[in-house]
Amino acid sequence: MSINRRQFLKIAGISTVLGLGSTAAINSAKRSGLEASTVSPDPAAIPFKRWGMVIDMSKFKTEDDRKKVYEACHSIHNVPDLGNPKDEVKWIWEEKFGATFPDNENEFASHEAMEKPFIVLCNHCAAPACVRVCPTKATFKRKDGIVMMDMHRCIGCRFCMAACPFGARSFNWKDPRPFIKKENLEFPTRTKGVVEKCTGCYERLAIGQKPACVEASNGGIIFGDLEDPNSEIRKTIGSRYTLRRKPALGTEPSVYYLIGGNENA
Amino acid sequence: MYNGGKIIIGLAIFMAFVTFPFYNNFGKANAKPEPKTDTPAIKEVQAQLGKKEVCIEPKAAMKGEHMQMLNDWRDSVVRDGNRIYVASDGRKHNMSLQNTCMKCHSNKKEFCDKCHNYMAVVPYCWDCHIAPKENKS
Repeated sequence: MSINRRQFLKIAGISTVLGLGSTAAINSAKRSGLEASTVSPDPAAIPFKRWGMVIDMSKFKTEDDRKKVYEACHSIHNVPDLGNPKDEVKWIWEEKFGATFPDNENEFASHEAMEKPFIVLCNHCAAPACVRVCPTKATFKRKDGIVMMDMHRCIGCRFCMAACPFGARSFNWKDPRPFIKKENLEFPTRTKGVVEKCTGCYERLAIGQKPACVEASNGGIIFGDLEDPNSEIRKTIGSRYTLRRKPALGTEPSVYYLIGGNENA
Repeated sequence: MYNGGKIIIGLAIFMAFVTFPFYNNFGKANAKPEPKTDTPAIKEVQAQLGKKEVCIEPKAAMKGEHMQMLNDWRDSVVRDGNRIYVASDGRKHNMSLQNTCMKCHSNKKEFCDKCHNYMAVVPYCWDCHIAPKENKS
């Protein structure tokens, strides 16, 4: 039996239509209804374009004032205390002036000035080196300026630790669970083999709360939107002399420091 | 066949060994895992909504696709910052394993583990996420 060109095209056309139709039918039958769902941000979330902080060290008079800040952060984020500097995991901690601002050291400065403690944390840089080197995009820059960690993706290669000029990242050499004094059941812990750091309190901002360190700082840390010219943080940076850590490296840190207090700012 | 007797005996012993799991378990009912959904939190929601199936999506969808859903939730919350899930029935939920799923399903051992152990899957959720503290009763 032979068919002519016209018959062939008819059969081909009909079978194409049937084929496509049945695929669609099978697909729609398989659908469970989950496609109807949508996601959205929490309406209580604080909207902002670029996460920023000003740390006014003159407001932290005693060691206890600073400890309160570290404690507030580390307790709600389940940061373990491993008890030795080699394994240390830290999100917010203390450095001396010399280590905080190595470019601003000078040989004639007083010993007290060089030894002055500073509160340091992840700078949530605008051009973060850690994000550029991460091979799995486990660390990434969010639209709101937070340099975020996706622990699910981290493979523990520690490129980011090598890249970060501020030492803001810690590696979990062992299971941190036994070293957490009191677990916050609302927040996950980390596991052995991932890198962690300050996440800008994204989980608190999402429900309209300020970062934990800001709340515990008693006004010593100003938090706000660096892209909003009317925000308190921008007015502070605009009117007073501030320092950022290692600006020459070009990572554009979003954490600013007020050094001398009011009288010589 | 040389040494036919020995070979046949050997084969019979071999077959007996290989098929041991089959005839040993033959006729025994294999208990199907039955995850329990009788926590106080779930009962409360059931009373509130006046129906039995109160999970965020229909039971069949949850059974079959909760892993995909958790993956989607994770990406949505961690990467996009969207944490409200509008379910197909219009209810809104905070997308959080610890603060939403496990607040209702506070019986991980009787719920999650039941099927996961049966299927021999070991999801690594609990390496980081803190499982609800359960009373050992």
